[in-house]
Amino acid sequence: MAFRLKLVPDHTEFDFFRWQWLTVGISAAMMLASVVLLLLNGLNFGIDFKGGTTIRTESTQAVDVGAYREALQPLGLGDVAITEVFDPTFGPEQNVAQVRISAQEGTEAVTPETIAAVEAALQEVDSSITFPSVESVGPKVSGELIQTAIYAVLVSLAAISVYIWLRFEWQFAVGAIVSLAHDVLVTMGVFALFQIKFDLTTIAALLTIVGYSINDTVVVFDRLRENLMKYKQRPLRDLMNLSVNETLSRTVMTSGTTLVALIALLVLGGDVIRGFVFAITFGILIGTYSSVYVAKNVVLWLGVKRDWSKKTKDDASPFSGAEAP
Amino acid sequence: MLQIDRWKRILIIGICLLGLAYAMPNLFYKRVEAHNDAVATIEKTGVTTPELIAARDGWPGWLPSGLVNLGLDLRGGAHLLGEVQVAEVYKARMDALWPELRRALADERATLGAVRRAIAPEGVLKIEIGNADQLPRAVEIVRGFSDPVTTLSGAGQSSLDIRAEGNAVTIQLSEAEKAVTDDRTIQQSLEIVRRRVDEVGTREPTIMRQGSDRILIQVPGIGSAAELKALIGTTAKLTFNSVLGTGGDPDARVGPGQVVLPAADQEGVYYTIDDSPVVTGEELTDALPSTDQNGMPSVDFRFNPSGARKFGAYTSANVGQPFAIVLDDQVISAPVIRQAITTGSGQISGSMDFAEANRLAVLLRAGALPAELTFLEERTIGPELGQDSIDAGRVASAVGFVAVIALMVLSYGLFGVFASIALAINMGMIFGVLSMIGATLTLPGIAGIVLTIGMAVDANVLVFERIREELRTARGPARAIELGYEKAMSAIVDANITTLIIAAILFVLGSGPVKGFAVTLTIGIVTSVFTALWVTRLMTVTWFERARPRQIEV
Repeated sequence: MAFRLKLVPDHTEFDFFRWQWLTVGISAAMMLASVVLLLLNGLNFGIDFKGGTTIRTESTQAVDVGAYREALQPLGLGDVAITEVFDPTFGPEQNVAQVRISAQEGTEAVTPETIAAVEAALQEVDSSITFPSVESVGPKVSGELIQTAIYAVLVSLAAISVYIWLRFEWQFAVGAIVSLAHDVLVTMGVFALFQIKFDLTTIAALLTIVGYSINDTVVVFDRLRENLMKYKQRPLRDLMNLSVNETLSRTVMTSGTTLVALIALLVLGGDVIRGFVFAITFGILIGTYSSVYVAKNVVLWLGVKRDWSKKTKDDASPFSGAEAP
Repeated sequence: MLQIDRWKRILIIGICLLGLAYAMPNLFYKRVEAHNDAVATIEKTGVTTPELIAARDGWPGWLPSGLVNLGLDLRGGAHLLGEVQVAEVYKARMDALWPELRRALADERATLGAVRRAIAPEGVLKIEIGNADQLPRAVEIVRGFSDPVTTLSGAGQSSLDIRAEGNAVTIQLSEAEKAVTDDRTIQQSLEIVRRRVDEVGTREPTIMRQGSDRILIQVPGIGSAAELKALIGTTAKLTFNSVLGTGGDPDARVGPGQVVLPAADQEGVYYTIDDSPVVTGEELTDALPSTDQNGMPSVDFRFNPSGARKFGAYTSANVGQPFAIVLDDQVISAPVIRQAITTGSGQISGSMDFAEANRLAVLLRAGALPAELTFLEERTIGPELGQDSIDAGRVASAVGFVAVIALMVLSYGLFGVFASIALAINMGMIFGVLSMIGATLTLPGIAGIVLTIGMAVDANVLVFERIREELRTARGPARAIELGYEKAMSAIVDANITTLIIAAILFVLGSGPVKGFAVTLTIGIVTSVFTALWVTRLMTVTWFERARPRQIEV
């Protein structure tokens, strides 16, 4: 039992605030860049949010995007996007493409005739083609889905800030919210930058990021609260450094195990959920960063009331008082 | 000191064993599924064949047989979201009201003057009378047709909204009555969709109401959504109407209460018919596919007594006149009445093949949808794609699992082994709970499980790191372990509650696959806290009692 993999040495004394202004600058720049990207590039909305039809094709022959496009041209469907899908899990005889047709003007419901026409046209090009999945969403539903998605993100942020506010102090809640907004925004910025398909499962991924990131933030806050009670005289900045250092090993370890599992899924989990897994993986990286840098910077600026002794509220939390001298 | 009560130990081990026992059937998925299907079939039909008995006995009946439901994205099948056009019912109600009102008003023609139906928007009945000064009397008569609405919110309201203006009475359903009608329309639609899907006999279809006027239909194993739509998208509204004229102009001018409908089998032929039906398909008791006198496919039907009476009266009064058999706004045929039909049975023939005749019979038997169903969302997932996703998910989970274990054992030694065993138990328990509550596993759900693998060890990491710290203050290993668990608790609780909040929101607001993700995430959080805190603790304490190490290394 002698050997131990130590990702982080036993005792660290990194000064996480040495580069305070640099990290604040980087975070602010990333958020700004994300907003700009979202405005300029926009998100590559999937049919969940834009309405339309996606048809997944699979064939033993190589995908010829040009021929597909030509075959669909006479149907006059407006905006048709055809992309070939590559994945390490595909066999040699498995050639997959994704055909996306935007919602047709003036039709609320989905027309099976259109889908049948598209399928017939593609079968002309390649007789071995099959259609493992066909999905259509009408513009009415997609509008509502966007609305629900925005609600979901906002309600989560609100619920979490209320919880943090109840368990800690309002400054912590503000810090947590800023860091969560940072994570969500930057992740969306990356989706805008690379034009990755943004659909309903991406929203689930964003919320998972929120959940994970708050997890990280809370662990550090929890330690900070403990240290604030233990060392009543030391400056807040030192205590924050101490808390982050003390929990650093855990932060790295948990991020490590989660990332290891997610990378396995990213590589081997198939193309259908790749966008989803990518969002979570990226979010965990950014979430770990933000709980170390963003959340605490905000709390440091806002300051924390230090006179904990007069408060009775915290005695109610079951384990925080265990170390009181 | 470091100890756990005996009853607690038994409880912890018991819960683990229970969870694992419920998870076990999933290892023999095909066999258990065959067993469950066989049991269901035997129970439903009472028929026992050697194959059914063999399938049933393939899995012992006393073992748990709950399985994790696979979502459509994993099993393949069709998903439809339909919207019921509830407003159609308003129109039907008004159209049905008109003949009755006309009769009542005509009885007082002496005072009211001529009564006629004026053109009005759909769902609104506008009646003009000759003597405008007698309008209050007309309103009084109309009011006699209005009933009080019995709902919680609409108490005291009556079913009709009646307005008088100039020489006309405008009638439509009141808001309260509309709400009641909508609810009934959706309930009926659900029932009819369910009956139609059941006629096809696929396993475990999901048919449920969503929002105020929508129906979600998920049928696993069906080839395509188009197939499903052909079955449930057809309104199958059958009516028998009197024919007022024939022509070739689809836009022919017609009076109020009349409509022009195309012939189903003759291009360019249009019938002008009376919009108020003589008899409707609701009064059918049975429908069977058969052949007509020329050997062509047709459907035989039978009316219930009241339908038979109405049909008999109408046909005896209109011998020599044509009448139209109308199905979903198309005239299937318009035979001439040769003699009064009082037997209450009849035949629909027209251009259809045997498959269509069969489907029409199914639709007529199951009943008509009270209103048209339009589709807002449809998804078909092929079974191969689903299987590919399952395989990919399985490989990814296994690799992720092994990698996490390696990382844990390398970092925490023996304690890492404890955490890994707890993680394995955790995985089993997630499947156990999923099977127990009959939850549905979706592709994002698998991702949720993989994410849980990564995050489940978080609680253990918190504890182990804490024990390491406590060991440095040198209070002896037992005390360090105890304090490690105790002090890590607050962070673990906070961290998991916030994640639970997220999962709850996802569950409430999400749909389909996202909901599946929320379910596995929630279960994963609960089981991982249990295994990470109690199961590893039990293992640690048991080991500690046996080995009594003077010092420990975490």
